[in-house]
Parts: sequence; structure tokens; C-alpha cells
Amino acid sequence: MDNLSQNGEGKVSIIEDGSIASKNSNLNVCNVCLGILQDFCEKEFIKKVCQKVEASGFEFTNLVLSISFPPQLSVREHAAWLLVKQEMGKQSLSLGRNDTVQLKEAYKWITHPLFSEELGVPIDGKSLFEVSVVFAHPETVEDCHFLRAICPDCFKPAKNKQSVFTRMAVMKALNKIKEEDFRKQFPCPPNSPKAVCSVVEIECAHGAVFVAGRYNKYSRNLPQTPWIIDGERKLDSSVEELISDHLLTVFKADSFNFSSSGREDVDVRTLGNGRPFAIELVNPHRVHFTSQEIKELQQKINNSSNKIQVRDLQLVTREAIGHMKEGEEEKTKTYSALIWTNKAIQRKDIEFLDDIKDLKIDQKTPLRVLHRRPLAVRTRIIHSMETHYVDEHHFRLSLKTQAGTYIKEFVHGDFGRTKPNICSLMDVTADILELDVESVDVDWPPALDD
Amino acid sequence: MANEPETPVAASAAEPAVPSLVDRYFTRWYKADVKGKPCEEHCILQHSNRICVITLAGSHPVLQSGKAIKSISYQISTNCSGLQNKVSGKFKWGAQILTELAPLCKIYCSDGEEYTISSCVRGQLMEVNENILHKPSILQEKPSTEGYIAVVLPKFEESKSITEGLLTQKQYEEVMVKCINATTATS
Repeated sequence: MDNLSQNGEGKVSIIEDGSIASKNSNLNVCNVCLGILQDFCEKEFIKKVCQKVEASGFEFTNLVLSISFPPQLSVREHAAWLLVKQEMGKQSLSLGRNDTVQLKEAYKWITHPLFSEELGVPIDGKSLFEVSVVFAHPETVEDCHFLRAICPDCFKPAKNKQSVFTRMAVMKALNKIKEEDFRKQFPCPPNSPKAVCSVVEIECAHGAVFVAGRYNKYSRNLPQTPWIIDGERKLDSSVEELISDHLLTVFKADSFNFSSSGREDVDVRTLGNGRPFAIELVNPHRVHFTSQEIKELQQKINNSSNKIQVRDLQLVTREAIGHMKEGEEEKTKTYSALIWTNKAIQRKDIEFLDDIKDLKIDQKTPLRVLHRRPLAVRTRIIHSMETHYVDEHHFRLSLKTQAGTYIKEFVHGDFGRTKPNICSLMDVTADILELDVESVDVDWPPALDD
Repeated sequence: MANEPETPVAASAAEPAVPSLVDRYFTRWYKADVKGKPCEEHCILQHSNRICVITLAGSHPVLQSGKAIKSISYQISTNCSGLQNKVSGKFKWGAQILTELAPLCKIYCSDGEEYTISSCVRGQLMEVNENILHKPSILQEKPSTEGYIAVVLPKFEESKSITEGLLTQKQYEEVMVKCINATTATS
């Protein structure tokens, strides 16, 4: 048992100096914890880590600590456990796995209160703000290698070119290996190392936060997402950039993911209450905003462009995003189209359209998207239509349709691949000159009093 | 997606002061002398997204007045029919691979004449037009839209090169003028 003690009498070890390392050169390095419980539980060390956390510029009210030990530590822990089990066995006492305290648990018991005190916030396992500390001990990296010979299937080649000896793989092998085989291959007690562990990484990251709202689009020359071909931008800006760029700045996030309940073409306006959208802000450094601040942010976005406007801007949870995507399949949309006809028409020629309810149409994948979508036939319903005569060759058509209906193709027929269509219904050649989305009938996100 | 800003609206135009659907999204390419047969011109409509719609050019015999179509068939050989073309997924697995000279369909006219329509471009066959099977007159009434023959998807890398062997609208018109002059000269 003496071999497991931390103070070896009369032995002097030379300890390498890392940036955050042991100062006490008279101390032997523990052959089980590799110095982690010796040097890295002190206030000094905690303070240094916290300095880095504070310097990282994140705003947080709690945190979760993620500690990563070198895999070989599990091997040494296992060796120690076997020895203790053996000694207790000699005294007719049994030792279960749960009777010992895992090194990591002990480390957290000691350090959590220290971190909490230094940073002034509680440790909370559910916190979105994660501080991760990674330890390594290069000197003993080969401690694990014998396991591969005994349990080769635990150590499949990793996807990246990282070491195959991950903590998970090592734990798996330790659970499998027989006691005798382990003791043959690995010294119990383990050898004493010369140096303590070093900290190779202290990283901070914040889980994503979500902002939702509804947008109106007033430009007929604006794509939803950046339009770039062969590295060349074809059209200035995009709906997602005009909204998200401001959020990216204010939330100090690394990147964003924009999604919406359906989308419209470059040349289509979105009127009415607008279209629901949600933006995921990745690794935000700032996350706490009052509703007043969010209102001001909304105002800022609206003042910066007349091509888009947003409303009902608010923070939402990840779960709430599901509501938005539900809308895409199930809900209805209403549109307004300006239609041209080759034949001269009178009011009576279009009146019949007003009486058609729940018209079923079959739409083959439109030619204009066939290069990137599977070829299929989709049945859709035009719930109702309302016509407004303009002149002999033009009329406006309001339609309420099932989600996922291609309106342009319903008007011009797409080479007869959408049936029926306005051309076939009216027996004319018709084309669509303008299209507006009048409403997206999804009642999310909740409307706010602006 | 439209690749141009809004088209101007003419107050009461029946004729194209308003560019048509084909004008707005497609480029017209022509293949003359398909398989050595003079005047059986094909018109390939290439969308800005590279998809090609195979149609008959206005000068094709089938589209001349007085020609009546008896029937149209996509059965090229015992085992090969455009109607059996089944395409699945975003990458269009299962599509028949066509070469420029691959036959797409046969048109049988009441005067006994038979015409074979060829693909003219290399690519995957997306679909053949079943509407003209049931009502062949559509082919003559609306050859550039509802009367199309087939839809072909060229390889992405070949989007531009597939039209290298084809004539532009202008070149086609010049060829037609020559053709007419030659005919009138000999008659």
C-alpha cells in the first residue's frame, strides 16, 4: 500500500515545468492520479483557469465543467482498484466497483466549489456554458497499448487521424479484460512517472441560442440565401443575411443557421404578417437580453433595409423550432398573382374560377428545380380562388393553397406537367407576371405587441 | 427561380410584347440534319439550370400544314421504351443514358411517313411526354411547350459543352434561309 502513497520518502523527482504545473519539486508524482489530485486541485490552478474563462468574453450565469483525463489514468485506476480489492480480500472483505470513488468524481468534488467561488456562479449540469479542461500525460501514453492486443475489437480505427486509444475505448477494454490477463501485462502497483500531467486545453463554449420572428420581403430582387455561382455573387445580399448579420454581431456568435417555414423565389414578395423564421446562433458570447433590447434590435434591423422587415422578434427554445417546420407541410398559404393571357378575356371568362373549391392538381417536379430535386408527382389542393379583372389580357388571382404548391406552374402549366392549370381551365395561354405571398398561415412564433 | 427582373407589362398585348415562358427561362438551340435527314430539325430548349427539353423545330415536316399524325410511340426497340424510364432520387438513379443520336420516339403520319426524333444531347432521360401519346394534335398545336417530346438532364460538367454541336437561333435562321433559297432555285 505504501507504493500508492503520495509521499515517497527519500525520493527526489525532477518535474518538468508546464505553463500550469507543479511548483513543489520535492513531491513524487502519484502513480495513480499522475499528479492531478496533487497539483491541479489547488486554488492557484483554479484561478489560472478562471482567468482564461473570464478573458474569453462569454456572458454566463452558470456553467458546466467538462474535465478530460488522459485515458491511461483509467488503466492506473483499474490497477489500484485491483490491488485494494486484493488486500481487502485478504481480510475477508469484499470490494465492489461502487465502493470506491472515481478519480473524476473526487476531482469534481474538490474543484467545483473552488470554480464556483472564483467565478461567482453555480455549477449546473444543465448549463449551456461549458468550460472544458483537457489533461494529457505524454510520458505514459503507451500504458494503454497492451489492451489492444487483448481486446482488439475495442480499438477500431478512428475517423479522424487521432489516437485509437480514446477514453471510451479504454474503459470498454478494461470492463472486458480478465483480472489475470491485466495483471500479467500491467504492473500493479503502476510505475511512478517523472512528471505530472499537463493541461493541453482550456476551452469555453456556449450552446446555441435561438431567435425567431416573421419577415416581410418587399423586394423582387432578393434571394432567401446568398446566391453564389463559381465563387461569384450573382445578387446583392439575401433575406437571411439582412436579418442574421445584425444578430451575429449583437450576440457575438461564431456563425448562424437560418431556417424558415417554407420560402419564396427571388422575384416574389412576402406581404401580410410575414413568414416565420428561426435563427440558430452558434457559440454566442452574449445571451442575456431584455425584451426591450430585443425590440430595439428589431428596430435596428428594420431601419437598416427597406427590402425586408421583421416582426415578433424573440428568443425561443430549440424545441419551439418544431412548430415552425410543422407549418411547412400542413398549413395553408395565400397568394396573389398577376396573370397575362394571350387571348382577350372578359369578366365572365374568369368568374367561374371563383366557384372552384378544393381543386386537386397534380404537379410533376417543375423543370426549373428538376436539376436538384427528385422527379415526382405531387398532388396538391387549391382550396379557393378569387379573381379581379384588370383588362383584356390581365387579371389578378388570389389563391389559398395547400403548403408545397408551386403557384407559378399552376398558372403557366409548366409544359403541361402541372394538371390542371389556369391555361387548361381557361383554354388560353397564360403566364404569371407577378406573385406575392399574402399570408403564411402558421401561428408561430407568438405575436408580440409592437 | 427567375433570373431576370420583372418583365414589362404591355397594356393590351396579345402578341409577345411580354416574353413567353420559353423566352424568359430557356435558350433555343437547333439541330439540323439529324441522322442526315434534311429538314427534320429539332429544337432543344435549354433552361438556365441546364435541363434540356427536346422539341420539334418549326420547320419540321410534322409541323407543316396538312400533316396528320396517326400515332406516336416511345417503343424504340423490344426492350427499350421511354415510358419505362424510372428515375429516383435527387441524382436520378435509373434514368436511361442517352447519346446525341439516341432515338426518343417515332411519329407515324397518316400519309405513311415515319419520323424518328432523336435526343440531340447527351444526358439522363428524365421523362417522355405522355400527353402527346393520348392527344398527338398537341404536338402540332403547341410544339414548344405542351407538345414537347422529352426532358433530358445533362451532366453538370457538360452543361455548356453539350450545345457545342448545336446551332443558335441566329445560325438556324441563316441555315433556313439558305435551305429555302436552294429549294426555290431548284424548283
